[in-house]
Amino acid sequence: MKKLFITAEFMLGLCLPNVIQAAEVTITTTLHSYQGDGAYLAIYLTDANGKYNKTLWVAGGKAKYYKHLQDWARGSGLKSTEYDGSTGASVTSGEQLTFKVNIEDALIDAGYLIRVDSAVEDQRDQRVDAELPLTRRGAGTSVAGRGYVKTISYTL
Amino acid sequence: MLRRFHSLAGLTAALFLLITATTGALLALDPALQRANALVPARGAVSVADVAEKVLLAYPGTEQIERLPSGAVVVYFTQDGQTAADLINPLTGTRLATYQQSAVFAWLKDLHRAFLWDDKGRAGAGIVALLLSVLCVSGVFLLASRAGGWRQLFAPMRSASNGAISPRLHAELARAAALGLLLSALTGSVMSALRFELLPEAAELEADFPQKVAGTAAAPVGTLPALQQTDLVDLHQLIFPSRTDPQDLYALSTHQGSGYVDQATGQWLSYADYGNAAQLQTFIMELHTGETYWWLGLLFGLAALTVPALVITGFQIWWQRRRAMPHLQGNSAVGQADTIMLVGSESNSTWGFANALCEALKHAGCLVHLAPMDQLANHYVKAERLLILTSTYGDGDAPASASQFLQKLQKLPPTLSLPFAVLAFGDRQFCSFCAFADHVTEALQQRQWPQLLATDYVDRQSAATFEHWGVALGNVLGRPLMLHYTPVLPACHGLMLVERQNYGEAVQAPTCVLRFQSAPPGSTLPVFSAGDLVGILPPGNAAPRFYSLASASTDGVLEICVRQQDNGLCSGFLYNLKFGETAAGFIQKNARFKPAAGKSPILLIGAGTGIAPLVGFIRANTARRPIYLYWGGRLATSDFLYQNELNSYLADQRLSQLHVAFSRGAEPAYVQDKLLQDADQIRTLINGNAQIMLCGGRRMATDVATSLNTILAPIALDVATLKKSGRYLEDTY
Ligand SMILES: Cc1cc2nc3c(=O)[nH]c(=O)nc-3n(C[C@H](O)[C@H](O)[C@H](O)COP(=O)(O)OP(=O)(O)OC[C@H]3O[C@@H](n4cnc5c(N)ncnc54)[C@H](O)[C@@H]3O)c2cc1C
Ligand SMILES: Cc1cc2nc3c(=O)[nH]c(=O)nc-3n(C[C@H](O)[C@H](O)[C@H](O)COP(=O)(O)O)c2cc1C
Repeated sequence: MKKLFITAEFMLGLCLPNVIQAAEVTITTTLHSYQGDGAYLAIYLTDANGKYNKTLWVAGGKAKYYKHLQDWARGSGLKSTEYDGSTGASVTSGEQLTFKVNIEDALIDAGYLIRVDSAVEDQRDQRVDAELPLTRRGAGTSVAGRGYVKTISYTL
Repeated sequence: MLRRFHSLAGLTAALFLLITATTGALLALDPALQRANALVPARGAVSVADVAEKVLLAYPGTEQIERLPSGAVVVYFTQDGQTAADLINPLTGTRLATYQQSAVFAWLKDLHRAFLWDDKGRAGAGIVALLLSVLCVSGVFLLASRAGGWRQLFAPMRSASNGAISPRLHAELARAAALGLLLSALTGSVMSALRFELLPEAAELEADFPQKVAGTAAAPVGTLPALQQTDLVDLHQLIFPSRTDPQDLYALSTHQGSGYVDQATGQWLSYADYGNAAQLQTFIMELHTGETYWWLGLLFGLAALTVPALVITGFQIWWQRRRAMPHLQGNSAVGQADTIMLVGSESNSTWGFANALCEALKHAGCLVHLAPMDQLANHYVKAERLLILTSTYGDGDAPASASQFLQKLQKLPPTLSLPFAVLAFGDRQFCSFCAFADHVTEALQQRQWPQLLATDYVDRQSAATFEHWGVALGNVLGRPLMLHYTPVLPACHGLMLVERQNYGEAVQAPTCVLRFQSAPPGSTLPVFSAGDLVGILPPGNAAPRFYSLASASTDGVLEICVRQQDNGLCSGFLYNLKFGETAAGFIQKNARFKPAAGKSPILLIGAGTGIAPLVGFIRANTARRPIYLYWGGRLATSDFLYQNELNSYLADQRLSQLHVAFSRGAEPAYVQDKLLQDADQIRTLINGNAQIMLCGGRRMATDVATSLNTILAPIALDVATLKKSGRYLEDTY
């Protein structure tokens, strides 16, 4: 199985004033083996009410298909400033996507959720394919997805 | 030019076209199958609210309802933490089947649009679609040029004069499928161009996400006005709000636009039409896939099915043409040449002469462009003279490489004028000696092109006549020409006599039916069938004599019927041939003299040895199509050729009627007298699309044609008209 390692520290790191403490989070998403082209994924943070907070990663090269990542599209307003610098290739059936991202300490153990929306060409769009709370205790536990996502987990 | 381009494009894409078209044809079944399995209520019968209400009862975890282009309705739902999808009955909301895209169709689709090779394959498929569009357009222009103008595009087509079936098949299929193929190919090209952003894609205009919602308790979905007002037929997708979020909304999209509906009030909070550009794109896509128009999809699929046949026949045509055009070395380009040489040939012997002349002209300092007559161009920039060398086939017909020449000549710009000379190749054994070359000469004279020297006639490839003409041409050009022509003899086979029947001695018409086998034993002859010719070389003479074949190679013997002529060299040789002796001969295909395919009746007319190919056609008539034979001899008791065999064919219905006339019988009559007696029947047959095939001596042929004209006058037809449509074939000598 091919692994994708992407480092995206700089984008969050650079924008934040030095005083703010941030943790490096590694997120690993594994897809089911399904029939079809590569999946588009949007991995983002929401608050406890499911309200969009920020984009962590978008997998998939063509912005014109992003609207199929429905909840994320709605939340982010599909503004490219929301995801610039944190995009990569779509993830094919059975593959694993791993990336690192810096998240402010204030968002950890504060009711925030990591959420995945997914879509595959000619197949159904999955809003909230997977969702898991961002907590120090939850680190290292895998959560099953409902659609194309088999499991998702993160380490702090 | 256009033809070269068409062949080149076709050859390049051939293999990919086969894949794309075959998979396309199979994929066309998908929408039709989906439609057949779907339950589709008529407009006005069911609203989106109706369906949503019933679905929610059956599927409490409903997230989304989608109406597929086929009309089937799918519900996406969550159950036990997993998402799933079912096809449902829109009237009851209950499950019909699990919704699953067929793995077979998914694979076919991937093969169709990407050759199973991701984005690179998709780009390839896009190029194939573009090539197919280009092939369709260039092909339609070629069709029009073949038919002799756009107005004749839909006129019935005739077979190629040399009997090759691929050109006609290619043209007929292409004409039937062109529109469907063009639409498929163009829409496919557009889809590919949009995907690769070569064409700007018009995004669907989207409704703004409403900032303010009622926020009060959600109303039952069946009561929401916006959903009640939307007919199921118009639905594309209804996405349910998240159960836990009172701020969430219904996202409803139809075929025209999309927007958001409040879950409490059921009112549209925002709505936007997709916009014309996006709608057009969707239309193009649906046209291509046949998803919405399944019947159109099936028609496109049918059209796609012709592609494999078009590829194969196209390849054959290209190959035949390539083979027919000998490899030319040192040929000057059209625009450079001062001397244009055009060649009309069918079995290629004229090319041998053309090459010899070409060499001599180049030696004398001319820049020669040598090409088949069908490649007559509209412009010759530097040309000073046009030399035409052509053979003749059938009744003054053009040979294969000149079949479109006269038509093309008609269309030349009036400003073009070239001094010309014609050299005719033919055989005095045939009725219309060099007649096609004469037609060509007349047509050029009518255009008032200056004639360099009078048309000369080369009988049976006489090298002497050719060289003589070369001298005359050299004189006119003011440059002596040295022609060196080495005659090429056809490759001969040994034919050993194994059977004979003699007739007619009592009436001074000694005639024999001869059957040969290939010699030495074990050697094989080329494939032939009744109506083809065998050329026999009499000992000590280089000029072959032709005899019509009464048998096919599958019969295991080569059978001819020979009338001994007074002092006839070849006929005398054959008449006196003994069992076990051999003659030297070659097979000459004669595709112009073959029954048309199909079940329509055939009227066979002949006299004397003319019976030979006719009896062969009857023998091969195992399909029992109606065949009527009118034949004339001298005396029933002496030269009734094939009498027993013909009676047995009457008995087993390979022959429907037999009418014989004998000039020295109790009631002397010729074959045309029998025809005149049966005039009513002949007219009925011709009205029933019958074909006439005539074989035998020249005198008989003219007499029969005159009588037939008398017979056909009341139904406003004549022999010339029938000939034009391929319904009157002659093999006379
Ligand atoms: C397409 C085609 C099909 C033919 N099929 C047959 C066939 O099935 N059976 C058959 O017997 N012949 C057929 N012939 C005729 C045949 O090819 C010869 O022309 C014929 O056998 C005479 O050749 P020869 O060598 O015997 O005569 P030659 O030595 O060439 O000529 C000798 C004498 O016979 C005369 N003569 C030649 N041909 C004819 C003729 N047709 N009618 C009257 N007088 C003639 C000449 O004027 C000359 O005086 C066919 C010819 C063609 C072009
Ligand atoms: C079936 C057949 C029909 C022919 N018909 C005629 C004809 O009507 N008039 C003629 O002058 N020559 C006719 N010929 C003779 C050819 O024109 C002659 O052999 C010529 O040299 C062939 O040239 P090509 O091999 O370049 O086609 C015929 C030959 C065959 C085999």
